[in-house]
Amino acid sequence: MASLTELANPARFMRLSSVLLPWLAGAAALLLAIGFYLVWFVAPSDYQQGETIKIMYIHVPAAWLALMLYSMMALSALGVLVWRHPLADVAQQAAAPIGACFALICLLTGSFWGKPMWGTYWVWDARLTSMLVLFLIYLGLIALRRAIDEPSRAGRAVAILTLVGCVNIPIIKFSVDWWSTLHQPASVLRLSGPTIHSSMLWPLVITAVGFTLLALALHCAAMQAEILRRRVRTLTIFEAERLDRLSLQAAQ
Amino acid sequence: MMDGLGPHAGFILAAYLAATVILAGLATAILLDRRAQRRALAALEERGAGRRGGASS
Repeated sequence: MASLTELANPARFMRLSSVLLPWLAGAAALLLAIGFYLVWFVAPSDYQQGETIKIMYIHVPAAWLALMLYSMMALSALGVLVWRHPLADVAQQAAAPIGACFALICLLTGSFWGKPMWGTYWVWDARLTSMLVLFLIYLGLIALRRAIDEPSRAGRAVAILTLVGCVNIPIIKFSVDWWSTLHQPASVLRLSGPTIHSSMLWPLVITAVGFTLLALALHCAAMQAEILRRRVRTLTIFEAERLDRLSLQAAQ
Repeated sequence: MMDGLGPHAGFILAAYLAATVILAGLATAILLDRRAQRRALAALEERGAGRRGGASS
């Protein structure tokens, strides 16, 4: 526990992340370049979906990442509420806009795929609706954080709401099994193995890992920005106190 | 390229464009925010705000 706390020290995080960030960003760029080369020039088109299958290579990783980032926020929320660790709050705050962006990409790319394949941009199907709810939860968390001035109170309120919103994660994942939906069931993350051909699976895995590394790089950079913002806030308060003292001394 | 994408090329390109714009916007916002915070912190430290006792000038 002591070593975990030591590792989660903001100053140590700034040092480690500064070393790690260029490698994460470089690996993400390389994997995305290889992945999208395979998608556009090697992977075959689908016998039913035709070339619209190319949308899947963004849509599926975006959906996974929207869920993964929310799960990460839920773990951070526990860190905020149980251990009251400031870095957990920073991690939670930095992840929300990134998760919201991936949820939005998932919704938009799904709509662009849905129109030619289903004949409509949107249906109030269980999977689509629960994904929209996740996006709205992300926006709600960002808004709640901004609505409360005192950072530690804001962090605790956001942590509680994040944990409440967790109930939506299994609903998204299992919505295609629990209800009769227009959205197809899982074809990659299944107990009996993926059902898509390796010529499409590999480009998907490579782009998914690339997007994951990109999300981690963005999260690291956003956490750095947030740590700096909190330091700026503290120093601004110190400076205001110093100026107050000086003006008092001058008045005496 | 457009011909190779078949009759639904517009939808495919729109999906890729949307993802690119959102991710580029997000990355730009994060990097600009980090740079702004670094500059603000440097300015404060230069004024001596990091010392609790504070500089007198």
